[in-house]
Amino acid sequence: MFDNVWLIPLFPLIGFLINGLFGKKIKNEAIIGGIGTLMIFLSFLVSCGILMQMIGLPPEQRVFEKVVFPWIHSGHFKADMAFLVDPLSVVMIMVVTGVGSLIHLYSIGYMHGEEGFYRFFAYLNLFCMSMLLLVLGSNMLVMFIGWEGVGLCSYLLIGYYFHKKSAGDAAKKAFVMNRVGDFGFLIGLFTLYWWLGSNHNIWTVNFMEIKAASHLLPYGGVVTVATLCFFLGATGKSAQIPLFTWLPDAMEGPTPVSALIHAATMVTAGVYMIGRMSFVFIKSPDTMMVIAVVGAATAIFAATIGTAQNDIKRVLAYSTVSQLGYMFLAMGVGAFSAGIFHLMTHAFFKACLFLGSGSVIHSMHHALHKIHSHDDAQDMRNMGGLRKAMPITFITFLVSTIAISGIPGFSGFFSKDEILWQSFSNPYHGNLNIVLWGIGAAAACLTAFYMFRLVFMTFFGECRINPGAKNHLHESPLVITIPLMVLGALAAFGGYLGMPKLMGLLPNYFEHWLDPVFELSTEYGSTYAQHGEHLSHGLEWGLMGLSVLIAIIGIGIAFTMYVQNTKLPGKFVATFPALHRAVYNKWYVDELYDYLFVNPCKAFGQFLWKGFDVLIVDGVVNGVANTVMGFSGIFRYLQSGYIYNYAFSMALGVVVMLGYFIFK
Amino acid sequence: MENLNSYLIVSAVLFSIGTIGVLTRKNAIVIFMCIELMLNAVNLTFVAFSRYLGNFDGQVFVFFIMTVAAAEAAVGLALFIAFFNNKDSIDVTDANLMKW
Repeated sequence: MFDNVWLIPLFPLIGFLINGLFGKKIKNEAIIGGIGTLMIFLSFLVSCGILMQMIGLPPEQRVFEKVVFPWIHSGHFKADMAFLVDPLSVVMIMVVTGVGSLIHLYSIGYMHGEEGFYRFFAYLNLFCMSMLLLVLGSNMLVMFIGWEGVGLCSYLLIGYYFHKKSAGDAAKKAFVMNRVGDFGFLIGLFTLYWWLGSNHNIWTVNFMEIKAASHLLPYGGVVTVATLCFFLGATGKSAQIPLFTWLPDAMEGPTPVSALIHAATMVTAGVYMIGRMSFVFIKSPDTMMVIAVVGAATAIFAATIGTAQNDIKRVLAYSTVSQLGYMFLAMGVGAFSAGIFHLMTHAFFKACLFLGSGSVIHSMHHALHKIHSHDDAQDMRNMGGLRKAMPITFITFLVSTIAISGIPGFSGFFSKDEILWQSFSNPYHGNLNIVLWGIGAAAACLTAFYMFRLVFMTFFGECRINPGAKNHLHESPLVITIPLMVLGALAAFGGYLGMPKLMGLLPNYFEHWLDPVFELSTEYGSTYAQHGEHLSHGLEWGLMGLSVLIAIIGIGIAFTMYVQNTKLPGKFVATFPALHRAVYNKWYVDELYDYLFVNPCKAFGQFLWKGFDVLIVDGVVNGVANTVMGFSGIFRYLQSGYIYNYAFSMALGVVVMLGYFIFK
Repeated sequence: MENLNSYLIVSAVLFSIGTIGVLTRKNAIVIFMCIELMLNAVNLTFVAFSRYLGNFDGQVFVFFIMTVAAAEAAVGLALFIAFFNNKDSIDVTDANLMKW
């Protein structure tokens, strides 16, 4: 069954080719959507088969490399088109194909009647193929193909409504910022390749070979350089400080795209990449600290912005950035399996939240369209009280919100609490731990607050939609609600796979599953870990209780402000106008980047255009042409076109020649 | 043939008149006649030298030149007629289509 792993990326590729080449002719939405969904679902089935087989194997045999064909063999350098099947990549393919199938199904309903329906499914399939290449690639180059491929698909899908300028701008912004990160990825790749090759004659980009040679890598030094470059790549792809501003803008794309690419899969590629190369990252304590600090900072920073946004999708976008921050925090404190676990649970509840918001927007849009209103269908100020009209969407949304807020019993609690505990108890960062935990806990409070603010503003209270449209609000069709229900169930119960040891009810399957992957990393880490006093179970229980309490406080504040006393937010804004303005305007980060990078780049571009291109390049070209023209302007008088002129010069020539022979 | 020089001088004068005519006149027929004049000046030189050297080669050349001149006249006049049909003129300054 492992041998069939190459089928997993192949199916979506076939779907892409069919829909991309013939979709325009097929026209029938059911066939196009059916092909797209079927292809990714087939990949899901193959992935399930691989998972089942892997469960049957003893842990030490769970690594398999499938070479599909030799790709580049040149001198020392060798890279094959090869796939790596191990517990980590199996988790990823299950998430990508599973969530991907549901979102494809959902898209059939959501994108109904859109122009370029076939284009959407072709891109979505291409994205799935790239993402599967990324997670399955057994060497950095195959991973890089996927890495670039998902960036391209993200660009294409954000710019799906390309006739809107804002969508085009958002697509460009995402692409350019991703390119900045990709540059880091490449430099990191080259550094690692060059160092291992020139010092130990191990010329390889293969993950398993690097892992086997990782004991040769020094602690710090060149590894810090390489891993920081890789981390720059991760910040670009996974929207971390400093390259996070593209993700909220990416909400210009259709909602299923936001769910699949900008919540569940692509943006987690950076986390996956760090997990895949954890044995390199852990060798640099400095990089680990940078990752932890950046992760924590992003988690709290994005969470603050999320509290003041009114666009339902933007709140979710900042929430995604914030949750990705948690994953990086986990990676930075050496809790790799906790990070991947949060990646998985986040994929469930955030995909559900995005699809739920899509369902709301879909319904709002139809209702507003019926009465020809131009109100914004995504603005939460126009919603309210939707729980009666859309019960299924409401319940699944509520479940996912509870999950993300970290209420015990739901998936987000297990993964988030594990990260918080690890950031408190890890042996790597000394006194920084308490700060990391504090920031994480504060961000958890804000998360609970803004998520319940969203729920209360959307589903509770009075209906603020245009009164005429109110009766047109209705629950979305089954094709939309089925994925919601499946994801809602996963968001609720997915966490039991990774229950903390402390609770002792179930073994932590997830951690055991990933143990073989991260064993070596933990071993490397222990060489510089500071072993403090043993932390008691009581403390762990206490912190767990505290984080739950914090989440409940967040929910309580949201409840007071947006259900009980709806005048409070207005009062708050009036009391702290500057603070609200700063948060509402996303702390002016976009403006800062415009000032620091975009405008200087534009000015430089202007200079190159007006100064260099027009003056120098065009000047040289036009100058040559003008000189030639000037000379020919003089010489053209020789060519008068009159016969007697030519005859005269002929006669003159004869006279001169004769004179020469006579008088020489 | 002691006075070969006088023949040559007459020939040179005729040739110069022909050349100046070709260079200065605009009427194609006149230019054409001037060319004939130049050819005949050359013919005169050939005949004079032929007599002076007692060799008939020069006179043979004259026949060739006259034949060529006759052919040239036929072709040239045909060209002028074609040109006149197009331009209603045989002024050579009107033949300026090649001029930019």
